[in-house]
Amino acid sequence: MKQRRFGPLAIVTWLYVLWSLVPVLIAVRISFNSGKSRSAFQSTSFRWYWDDPASVWQDDALQTALTNTLKLAGLTMLIATPVGVAMAIGLQRWRGRVSRGANNLMLLPLVTPEIVVGVALFLVFSQIYTSVPRGFTTQLLGHITFTMSYVVIIVRGRLMSIGTHFEEAARDLGATRTQALRMVLLPQLGPAIFASLMVVFATSVDDFVISSFLSTGASTETVPIKIYASARAAATPSVNALATVMLVITLAAVGVAALVMRLLRRAGVGDGSGLSSMTG
Amino acid sequence: MADATTAAVTGGDATAPGGHRSGTAFWAALASPGSLLLVALFVVPAYAILAVAFGGIDPILRTTVPAWNPLDWDLERFGDVVSRVFGGDLTRVFLRTGIFAGLALVGCFVIGYPVAYYVARKAGRNRGLLLGLLVLPFWISYLMRMLAWVNLLQTDGFINRILGWLHLGSGNRNWLDGDWPTVVFGLVYGYIPFFILPLYAALERLDGRLIEASRDLGASSASTFLRVTLPLSIPGLMAASVIILLPMCGDYYTNTYLTGGSPRTEMVGNQIEFFLRGSSQPQAGASLVIILMAFLTIAMAYYLASVARSQRESAS
Repeated sequence: MKQRRFGPLAIVTWLYVLWSLVPVLIAVRISFNSGKSRSAFQSTSFRWYWDDPASVWQDDALQTALTNTLKLAGLTMLIATPVGVAMAIGLQRWRGRVSRGANNLMLLPLVTPEIVVGVALFLVFSQIYTSVPRGFTTQLLGHITFTMSYVVIIVRGRLMSIGTHFEEAARDLGATRTQALRMVLLPQLGPAIFASLMVVFATSVDDFVISSFLSTGASTETVPIKIYASARAAATPSVNALATVMLVITLAAVGVAALVMRLLRRAGVGDGSGLSSMTG
Repeated sequence: MADATTAAVTGGDATAPGGHRSGTAFWAALASPGSLLLVALFVVPAYAILAVAFGGIDPILRTTVPAWNPLDWDLERFGDVVSRVFGGDLTRVFLRTGIFAGLALVGCFVIGYPVAYYVARKAGRNRGLLLGLLVLPFWISYLMRMLAWVNLLQTDGFINRILGWLHLGSGNRNWLDGDWPTVVFGLVYGYIPFFILPLYAALERLDGRLIEASRDLGASSASTFLRVTLPLSIPGLMAASVIILLPMCGDYYTNTYLTGGSPRTEMVGNQIEFFLRGSSQPQAGASLVIILMAFLTIAMAYYLASVARSQRESAS
């Protein structure tokens, strides 16, 4: 089959890649502007990071947004991941009508438009769960609910490929169910768990609709809410700086998680394929 | 069907070779925190939408009184909203939402299909690199990607300057003034990564032998594409379309952010947000959500069915 080096398809693809990423790089460059322009490059400075009273470091509202976003994403990650992993294992091993129902139910938050989830949570917290303190707590509960589904999907995929052989072997050798789970299954799930942590963090950090519907004002604003609000206010490049800080944190987190996953794989922890060919 | 029976006969843990008890209670306990969360924070809230939409209004305070008992449901005020959607003041907003989402989907297809096809089947050595670059936008905040275009589309921004150099247009057009092309462009830019990836996965799984067979039997590359590759990729194409259509139909931030909230580009999501947060009319907002969901249910059902099918296939 003949392969042209740079056919029209290759050109379209590389143009797409440029189109999808260069605007973001330009936005990052604008965050280093020394002046107030949000549309042109000016001489480089860190004015909008810490020198200016309206910079990310000095402006209270921007600081609050940054810490809120990180607190929200961190806690969501720490709660949604274990709950989701447990749910995936439970639903996978427990085969019955109820678990099938729960499996289908779990897919729904993924396909429901966020605005519907946002409205539903807004109504339920204002009409039924009125004792839950509005603001951060409700935002956290909202984030946990819709990110948990990703965890279940990721872990379930991994569980399907692992199978039950190893656990059964451990049980035959006298391990209790909990021991088999902790010492045999969980290590094998390592890469899936790290992938989940990564996806939950990135999804929570990126969320605008649910955070916004459950926000009660300035003290519960997040980075996406701040970026969104900049459309109406007279904005400065500090919004770009805020977005850039968030971007760097997200990419760093994703990078660390990817590195850990690679190490786990290399150590052979996450890969049961060698063993399964023996037991298969 | 046959697969399901085989699975049932060979069994899961219940008849495992080791003969351990199935331990249903143990697995149920593991699944319960997540399941309870889902019920409390997804199922009950979904029901709350119905209760509010079909609820009443306090005669003195004028606040919404949700009807938790289905026997108390009052469809009258929901019916008012329905008639506003079908032939009333909200018709325009619904039509506009459908048209924007439809145009953006076409845009995603025109740009996204060649990209997904090239990376999945033709990229050769560059495939890993390209795949990484296709995934990169997932880690960049959606609103930051929109912010980037707000910067570029300013009156004195780069887009106008480039157009000025090329002598296209006046070079000082205000793109962020509430024009629909800007919104459709923003939707395409925002959602296309979510369209390309599932399509890539489908094209990558495609059996290359069928394509070779078509070429061997004398079909030109164009007719091979039109009569073999494209038809085979339709399930993946449909899944990718549904994945972006659902959120696009509920979007209200892309258009607001790119037009400064111009009423000329208002979508259903804007109305819902306005009813709930802008003007304290939760009953009308909840009703609109139900109507929107009725339109989207068909798309959602299709997606869930195809997920279930592929799970059965991979399980067997």
